[in-house]
Amino acid sequence: MCRLSREKTIKTTTDIDSLRSEIRDKSVRVIDVRREEDYKQNHIPSSVNLPLANLLSDDSPERVQKLFQSLGIDDETPVVVYDDTFGALASRVAWTLEYIGHSDVSLLETTYSKWKSLGLEHETKTPEIQTKTHSLNLNPEILATSDYLEQSKEKPNTLLIDNRERLNYLEQHIPGAVNLPYRTLASSDKILRPKDDMKRLLENRGVTNNAEIITYCGSVGTLSGLAYYALKSVGLPNVKLYVRSFKEWKNLKKPTQKQEDASYWDLSAE
Amino acid sequence: MTVSDVKQTRTDSIKPKVNWARMEEAEDFAKTVKLFRQGKYDEDSFRRYRLQHGAYGTRMTSDYAMVRIKLPAGEVYPNQLEKISQLSEQFSIGSAHISTRENIQLHWVILEDVSEIFRGLAEVGLTSREACGNSVRNVMCSPLSGVCADEKFDSTPYALATAKFFLRNPIAQSLPRKFKFNFTCCEQHGMVRMVDVGLIPQLRESNGIKQRGFKIFLGGGLGNRSFVGHQLEEFTPEEDLLYTSLAVLRIFDRLGDRKNLARNRMRYLVNDMGWDKFQNLVLKERAIVRATQSVVTSLEIDDSSDIKRPIKITDQSGFSVPDGYARWLKTNTIKQKQSEYHSVFLTLEAGDITATQLVALAEIIREFSSEGKARTGFNQNIAIRYIHNDDLPNLYSKLLQAGLAKSGALTMTAPIGCSGTTSCNLALTNSHRLAKEIQRKFLEMKLDEDVDLQDSSIKISGCPNSCGQHGIATIGFFGGGGRVGKEMYPNYQMSLGGRSDGETMLGVTCTRVPAKRVIPVILKIIELFKQHKKSNDSLKEWIHRVVNEKEDSAIKSVNDIRKILDPLTIPPTKEDDPDFYSDYGTDTSYHTKTGKGECAA
Repeated sequence: MCRLSREKTIKTTTDIDSLRSEIRDKSVRVIDVRREEDYKQNHIPSSVNLPLANLLSDDSPERVQKLFQSLGIDDETPVVVYDDTFGALASRVAWTLEYIGHSDVSLLETTYSKWKSLGLEHETKTPEIQTKTHSLNLNPEILATSDYLEQSKEKPNTLLIDNRERLNYLEQHIPGAVNLPYRTLASSDKILRPKDDMKRLLENRGVTNNAEIITYCGSVGTLSGLAYYALKSVGLPNVKLYVRSFKEWKNLKKPTQKQEDASYWDLSAE
Repeated sequence: MTVSDVKQTRTDSIKPKVNWARMEEAEDFAKTVKLFRQGKYDEDSFRRYRLQHGAYGTRMTSDYAMVRIKLPAGEVYPNQLEKISQLSEQFSIGSAHISTRENIQLHWVILEDVSEIFRGLAEVGLTSREACGNSVRNVMCSPLSGVCADEKFDSTPYALATAKFFLRNPIAQSLPRKFKFNFTCCEQHGMVRMVDVGLIPQLRESNGIKQRGFKIFLGGGLGNRSFVGHQLEEFTPEEDLLYTSLAVLRIFDRLGDRKNLARNRMRYLVNDMGWDKFQNLVLKERAIVRATQSVVTSLEIDDSSDIKRPIKITDQSGFSVPDGYARWLKTNTIKQKQSEYHSVFLTLEAGDITATQLVALAEIIREFSSEGKARTGFNQNIAIRYIHNDDLPNLYSKLLQAGLAKSGALTMTAPIGCSGTTSCNLALTNSHRLAKEIQRKFLEMKLDEDVDLQDSSIKISGCPNSCGQHGIATIGFFGGGGRVGKEMYPNYQMSLGGRSDGETMLGVTCTRVPAKRVIPVILKIIELFKQHKKSNDSLKEWIHRVVNEKEDSAIKSVNDIRKILDPLTIPPTKEDDPDFYSDYGTDTSYHTKTGKGECAA
């Protein structure tokens, strides 16, 4: 049993077939994090809508606790989250749920577009939701704050990963961060690379099991949320999300680093 | 208008003919990077290894590399473009860069990720092996080979066979220096005199039988010192093509200068030895090569072709030809010798194309090209060939949607700019951005529509080395630093009258032009030309007469042009014009800074 539950904690994605059978068994709560108008047009059967913007408008633990309760989620409800944004928005919602102490949450392995293009079932009706009770057991070990980053500066085993695009990273990043653009995390049809692929990529980069890893991106922890799950997917035990990310870092006027002496922007065709 | 055409199969099924890749090289590269980082591989050996696998160093940092993907004969297939698009988003800057030697480059790649790119490339049959370093570099072929009205026969299969023969061949793994082959279709469209080995297809008739062969030029090339190549003999029959190539490589390998990296390209050997002696040596060596091969050595020529017009059932009722079509048609397309087809060239900015555009391009090739693939060109551009004449308006509208329908690809308004300070260790100026600035300005002025300017060219290098090929431009520039007291500004040496066709010559030095004065100076030259031109004169011809002192108007020499330009090139004070003292793409004061180049590693 002990082993089983250990495995469960590193389950990061749910494959399409499993989700379909869980939906048939009514043993899962599916969250669609797209905008309300998109959700209303159609969505995965039985899914409930939580637009990311709604969550972000106030993501204090107490408020998100209420939010998830209103979506019919209690401590034991298995939750699967999906989006149409290569898993980044879904990741942010899933991480938030994890943060307030929910253990059984995962990402749909693919996007809604892909789901639809496969001809899988979808519906327009909104399910009736019975509010449930969820406890609040904060999981601080998956959160990094700017203060925490400052303290970690000197720690030899902490690895800070910037998940923005390469040009943004070259232009400005948190000192000491390495760059793993979010695009690197996906395969052509799934939001995350196959495990072996991801392992190889990270091993090449020297990412090891005993490192503490902190991910961040541009503003609200979506791209880096996806990276959080990418790292979890290969079983890395100690991953944190700097959820306020580079936007906060800059607002706080903390030091930044830049790749000097090259006009790399002019190589871009944008 | 309603066109309902039921045509042949979609060109999806057309797959690359050659698999250039070896997956195990990706694994080996990953291991070697780890060993290098652990200090178990010395700096020099690692650099050689890295370059041999096509990963070049990056400006002022050892953390990043540029991966140069080889496209032999420039051929690239839709699935390959899609893969390159994906790799550019994952591991590079979301754009790819098309080089002047038909490669596609991914810049600012983290060294540890290079092996992942190799892996992705191998999935679609591509390699970057021997794209850098002292090896046989990408074998080029004119993008019009096979469709050019002036060619004797299609040299593409010979270019591909040559590339195949030398790739990973032990004889080409440790040459004194890099070595380049260019095949062309005709005199006009290739660059056969500006390369180690340049080849133009020829036919000879003997006893009523037409025999294929080549006119071969040796020992040319652009660089810190440029030389024009020499023709080896009147006619080299096709069966001697490989023997000749081997003979030349063996001589270079044996006699090339391995010590003096700055002047060890084969052109220096030819120059030092004298052409007659070198020529003699090649002919003798060829006889030895021919006589001493223990097994029959020949090129595998595959000249099967796959021309199928894609199925298109186009209901064009309500389709109106978008604005700009006529201008684009005039400046971006060439009629093929196959009368129902055109070749279409895409206007890029200094060779840059986004990941999204690469995907769109792949789809456009599938939809419109009857050969189901594209070719990179000599001018940092891409040609889509075998476009049925009826499909041109439709193609244009698709290109427009993808942001790839800019006009001017085949005119002077599409300047070449090497990567310059955007990524290169040796660069002194941002030549890349300057090329873009000129293009934007000149397209705005509609200079691409001016027939008098059409066959002229502008080419810009960021340093005296000639990656931007300034030496063969009608108006060429290479970067350096200028100085007023303690202040520095980006400056270019300008040369005039270079060309790479049948009358190949290197440009003649005219004057130094500050970066921020390049555009007004070019416009002034155009103005002078318009004042003094003869009817039916082109800028290229006019400048050709001026540099050869055969012009009979008031402007008789490069010196006369320089005198007129002088007032334009005087530096203002920093107070009057601070912008003058910074290069394009930055607002900080200009200073020169370079690292170690790897062209000669």
